[in-house]
Amino acid sequence: MPHRKEPGSVGVVKKKQFTCCEPPHELELEGGGRLGPITIAYETYGRLNKDRTNALLILHALSGDAHAAGKYFAEDAKPGWWDNTIGPGKAFDTDKFYVICSNVIGGCQGSTGPSSIHPATGKPFALSFPIVTVNDMVRAQARLVDHLGIERLFAVAGGSMGGMQALQWAVSYPDRVLASIPIATTAKHSPQQIAFNQVGRAAIMADPNFADGEYYGREVPKDGLALARMVGHITYLSDDSMHEKFGRRLRGKKTLGYSFNLDFEVETYLRYKGDAFVSRFDANSYLYITKAIDYFDLSLPSGSLVKALEKVRSKFLVISFKSDWLYPPYQSKEIVKALMVNGVDITYCEIDSRYGHDAFLLDAGEMSKIIRNFLENVAVRNGIAFPAAGA
Amino acid sequence: MQGTRIDYSVILGLIPAGKKVLDLGCGDGTLLAGLVQTKGVIGRGIEISEEGVRACIAKGLTVLQGDIDEGLRDYPDRSFDYIILNQTLQAVKKPDVVLSEMLRVGEKAVVGLPNFAFWRMRLYLLFNGRMPKTDFLPYDWYDTPNIHFCSILDFEEYCGRKSITVEKRVCLSTDRGGRVLKGARPNLFAESAVYLLSRRMPAASERAG
Repeated sequence: MPHRKEPGSVGVVKKKQFTCCEPPHELELEGGGRLGPITIAYETYGRLNKDRTNALLILHALSGDAHAAGKYFAEDAKPGWWDNTIGPGKAFDTDKFYVICSNVIGGCQGSTGPSSIHPATGKPFALSFPIVTVNDMVRAQARLVDHLGIERLFAVAGGSMGGMQALQWAVSYPDRVLASIPIATTAKHSPQQIAFNQVGRAAIMADPNFADGEYYGREVPKDGLALARMVGHITYLSDDSMHEKFGRRLRGKKTLGYSFNLDFEVETYLRYKGDAFVSRFDANSYLYITKAIDYFDLSLPSGSLVKALEKVRSKFLVISFKSDWLYPPYQSKEIVKALMVNGVDITYCEIDSRYGHDAFLLDAGEMSKIIRNFLENVAVRNGIAFPAAGA
Repeated sequence: MQGTRIDYSVILGLIPAGKKVLDLGCGDGTLLAGLVQTKGVIGRGIEISEEGVRACIAKGLTVLQGDIDEGLRDYPDRSFDYIILNQTLQAVKKPDVVLSEMLRVGEKAVVGLPNFAFWRMRLYLLFNGRMPKTDFLPYDWYDTPNIHFCSILDFEEYCGRKSITVEKRVCLSTDRGGRVLKGARPNLFAESAVYLLSRRMPAASERAG
């Protein structure tokens, strides 16, 4: 159905699905075991050029999905999770690039994950779903990229877990990625990052409704999942941004309650975020995906990140945020150093944002300009043709 | 400042085409972009300010945001043909370490520095009894990025002591829109100087210290 695009918006979009790895050609997983068939939910924005060289793969973070930009219907109040960076004239310019975003395997937004039906039993996998890693996620994405007839991606980009995938792409498929943009991320999860994830997993597993993950069709472990999200959410903010956003303001009252009811705005906000998350996310997926990023360590097996990045051939733009204490700039600098030692063409920028880890989602102004300039330059230097104007 | 700065054109003249060049403290990337465009060098920059880094990215340059004082440690020996440090030596915490790292990582170093023994500086101090300020160095003593001034004599004495070869020296004045000085007594008459330096790789035993 034809519709008018809002300025800067990709307009109304549709989620698509693709299935691969049908038995006996299952995906062999890094941690052992096989997975197949695999369904991958994805969306695309913009148009592929004639040489199929202008494709840009966007990689989502822990709780993200394939819906990176646009709306599902004209009055949809909630656009995709990175709508502020993807669209005509935006950082990832859909007038120039063909943008793809897919839901990771292990997820719960249309790609095969623990809530999918196990073909052998006809019931949801739950905890019988195999452990997947960031590397596995990327290898599944490569099947989608094959399916779309794209030999080499113009660029891969993502923040947080998306940044890990951007790194993994450049390592696993050095000839299939022209440029990689890892944002607010790390080459390996630190003990602090693992610790926070473990708190989240412990909260889910301690919920009486968890029932060893076999809660489908019954009451879900909503308190545990909400708690996991609350802890997570704190790590995405910064001391500064919490002062700015909440201060010590009280919610719906003028004086302190002197009880264990919720007094402060920050408390109600976290409670709201936790509850909202439960309605859109599967607790088992939370377990699997946090585990995947905890296992992430590019320097394995040699122990040297420099060695692990030896084969990288992409150009890099690495971005970190000063106030991000979950994925602090020092982790980005480690990536930068290891790439630099390998002679990789790398640009690094540490953005002075106050919004903590969430900055990559919220604070798109400066980041957008940097990405836009970088991509434009790589495109020009490599003679990437943009699709002709007009539909 | 109109047109190309005199120190920029001198540096452009010192660096042969097609070389691999690292510009330390590259600012908004004007010099580096000039080198890439006119000399076809493979250019890299390091810049401490986010604003500078953004300007460089907008110019299509490859640049790392970082601190020169800790920046070169991870680069392998001789990974660049030329390393530039223009009008920045006086602002680093450890000029000694930075220079020595430049001559390890680069085959050659290009260093541009202000000459604190320039006659105007001397007169300013002599007659005013206060820290010299010029158009070129306009900062107040309490609010200046420049913490390690030296004169041409100081710098060359240092190079001699550290077995650094001065392959070329170009003395500059900002008079009349900037010009190269050819006359005698550069330590008195030059406002700044650009050096082309090199040093043979010291043996591992010498570098331990």
